[in-house]
Amino acid sequence: MSIFDRLMRLDRRWVFLFLTAVCIAGYYVDYSIPIRVTNETRSIYTFIDSLPPGDIVFVAIDYDPSNQAELHPMTYAIMEHAFRKNLKVIFTALSQNGPGMADQAIRDITDSVSLDRTYNGVEFKGREIRNGIDYTFLGYKPYYAIIILSMGQNFRISFPTDYYGTPLDSIPMMRGVLNYDNVACLIDLSGGNITDAWISYGQGRYNFPLALGLTGVMTAQYYPYLNSGQVFGIMGGMLGAAQYERMADNPGLAIDGMRVQLPAHIVIVLFIIIGNIGYFVTRRREQLEGR
Amino acid sequence: MRRQLPFVLVFLSGFFMIFQYFVPHQKSEFVYEFLLDWLTIIGGFAMALGIWSLIRVSYDRIKRQRENWGYSVITLTGLFLMMFFGITNWEDGSFGVYIYTAEGLSNSMFVHFFDFILIPIQATMFSLLAFFIASAAYRAFRARSVIASLLLLAALIVMMRFNPIFGAWIETVANWLMNVPNLAAQRAIVIGLGLGMVATALKIILGIERGYMGQG
Repeated sequence: MSIFDRLMRLDRRWVFLFLTAVCIAGYYVDYSIPIRVTNETRSIYTFIDSLPPGDIVFVAIDYDPSNQAELHPMTYAIMEHAFRKNLKVIFTALSQNGPGMADQAIRDITDSVSLDRTYNGVEFKGREIRNGIDYTFLGYKPYYAIIILSMGQNFRISFPTDYYGTPLDSIPMMRGVLNYDNVACLIDLSGGNITDAWISYGQGRYNFPLALGLTGVMTAQYYPYLNSGQVFGIMGGMLGAAQYERMADNPGLAIDGMRVQLPAHIVIVLFIIIGNIGYFVTRRREQLEGR
Repeated sequence: MRRQLPFVLVFLSGFFMIFQYFVPHQKSEFVYEFLLDWLTIIGGFAMALGIWSLIRVSYDRIKRQRENWGYSVITLTGLFLMMFFGITNWEDGSFGVYIYTAEGLSNSMFVHFFDFILIPIQATMFSLLAFFIASAAYRAFRARSVIASLLLLAALIVMMRFNPIFGAWIETVANWLMNVPNLAAQRAIVIGLGLGMVATALKIILGIERGYMGQG
């Protein structure tokens, strides 16, 4: 049996083993990856960075733990950027396990923003991020399309209280905040169909600036909305999150994760190339033998 | 009457929703908000119905000891445990039940079960995809024809677009792929999908499509 026959019959457990080894090595070997920023991600960063203090950013955390690796870093980077810029944030979580993800992100970021640090070349004094003053977490309600439509009329239709049970009218930052008209932009971080609902029922009907943070496999699907102007920016997968972290000068989970993702991609590409070499050689030999 | 009333309700609701979209008058907005309130409530009931259905099916499976009934025990245990932790809390040495307020959401067991059980389980399941994709790509991604070769080449370029080894040219090519051929194809799909949705909605509103009543 030639080496090419062996390549064609390679047990998939070798693929698994090799990929595992590369992922582990990528994680433990300390090296940096130059991250180039695309216009799709840059426009989100620039938009948030240009907002005056006190403006409200609406962040929809519509993903479950299965998408944590790609989307959680985006949430962290955007939240920290917004809080350092003294913006206020409204959160919702319209996927079943979204509230837990949002709750975790809020706990972590409110801690990290309390520390003094240099952020994008500017010295930021740490400050306390207070629920109801700096952010409001509205929580989860089933049937996202209905909730998105109702929030366009009034946040209070679907969320008379926030996630923690406080009536919206008693929350200082929500006074005078009625619906999407009162937010500067909405960023949907999603790993599923909720994004379609935000575009169709939310942006299509109420016409607010919408940006998307998506898993890598979803990204290509949403380019038409970017081109039509319905969406002003897209962050795609871990790479999108890494680009945001790079622009914000806030290296975190995504830039760290890229050190694993990149060699894993190279391994997959190498396996595809090796498989095709084996395929062509075997086919050529069969053709010659056939003659 | 049992058949006609639902048709009339669907027709009126559907027609009103179309009408109010184009006529944002104060009165139509009022009715619209009223309907949205209803929908939210119905959504809540549907969720309760789903939970009840899960409990009934799992209970039935356990009672009759059907195949894999042990999984149903785990399902129900997880469900009731999370419900219990979500409405109770143990603070300052006193135990409390909080059904109408949110103290239960900060119950450390509720938070820990999510953070240290659910998140790792779901993240692990999804992570396994990378291994299956690698294996499947190795065995099935072959340049058997011109079309397959183009697909293969496009996939490799997009996957490698930000690899520092290849430099900026691959990024330029990948951006072109995403912004021109991909955009054109996706837009065609989206427009086709949109037209299909409009046609289906009209068929339902006009009573031509009656699948929602259990009729073809």
